[in-house]
Amino acid sequence: MTAAAGRVLILIPAYNEEGAIASVISEVRQVLGAVDMIVADDCSTDATVSIAQSQGVRVLSMPHHLGLGGCMQAGYRLAFELGYDFVVRLDGDGQMDPRDVPKLLETLRTDGCQMVIGSRYLEGSPPYTSFSRSVGIGMFRMLLRPILGKPVRDPTSGFVGVNREALQVFSRSFPLEYPEIEALVVLRRRAFRFQEVPCRVRPRMAGTSTITPAKSFYYIVHVLLGVLVNILRFERHRWRL
Amino acid sequence: MDRLFLVASLSSVALIFMVMYSLRREHIRVEYSVSWLAAASLMLFLSRWPTGLELIGAPLGVRSPHAVLLSILVGVLLLVLYRVSLLLSHLRDNNVALAQKVAILEYRIGELAANADRR
Repeated sequence: MTAAAGRVLILIPAYNEEGAIASVISEVRQVLGAVDMIVADDCSTDATVSIAQSQGVRVLSMPHHLGLGGCMQAGYRLAFELGYDFVVRLDGDGQMDPRDVPKLLETLRTDGCQMVIGSRYLEGSPPYTSFSRSVGIGMFRMLLRPILGKPVRDPTSGFVGVNREALQVFSRSFPLEYPEIEALVVLRRRAFRFQEVPCRVRPRMAGTSTITPAKSFYYIVHVLLGVLVNILRFERHRWRL
Repeated sequence: MDRLFLVASLSSVALIFMVMYSLRREHIRVEYSVSWLAAASLMLFLSRWPTGLELIGAPLGVRSPHAVLLSILVGVLLLVLYRVSLLLSHLRDNNVALAQKVAILEYRIGELAANADRR
């Protein structure tokens, strides 16, 4: 997609998604036509890379497992170097519906915000959300409200579009683990804006989620600490001015 | 001599020998061995000087030199571990940046090769 509206890249982070990656790629093509697409593979041990390549998609292969944040940042860095104006992240597990990508792009182009979140909670809760997940997201909403200066309905969404300004920031500074919430705070520190648009969410096409209760607890502690550190850095800079 | 002090002295000497051996075999770099050698030397010195431990403990209200020695040991180990965590974090950041660069360069090389093949 290289229209006057700006060059668009669909960035698909994937780790062991051999069961879903082909469907995700073909769905994106059905919706967006010949859009540029890169699969950022986080050193999968299954056939994810070969399947993506057989679909004619270029793969950015990490030399070893970096985690989602490290893998995403590599994709953002490459997209920035290649001169893309807009990048939409679409997870390789097929939970996000590519039919919502045009909505994200349209908002990025018309609103002037630096980041658009495909929100699963703008039109009620999706049917696949567990109680504990809902509680966690509710807690993060309350925490982020005063920090971001506006409410955010779905701070943990991995369905995100960014423009070139945000791309430049993320290519330099991006949280390595659990990046979604911290990325919002990183943008806020630069006085960037974000918008949310409603999106559809589906169950995983294949494979199983690696989220366990212990990991969820670690996630909460890690993200809280990350947000706190970001705020302290931001405040330190403000006090220096 | 008190048995605990003797064990502390022997352990410190053993640690110094272990670090020196690792240095000789190039299993540990000089800059990372310094903190372990300093910690072992301090423990050796203190375990041979119970009067000094009593002097250190007196203002803190700790009468037992054994408790002072163990407290210092724990404190020193925490400092060494903290330094190791700092180094690990630095290495991890560098490692991620390097891996990202390798991935991007590999991608760009693949693109160039594909373009050359098309010509």
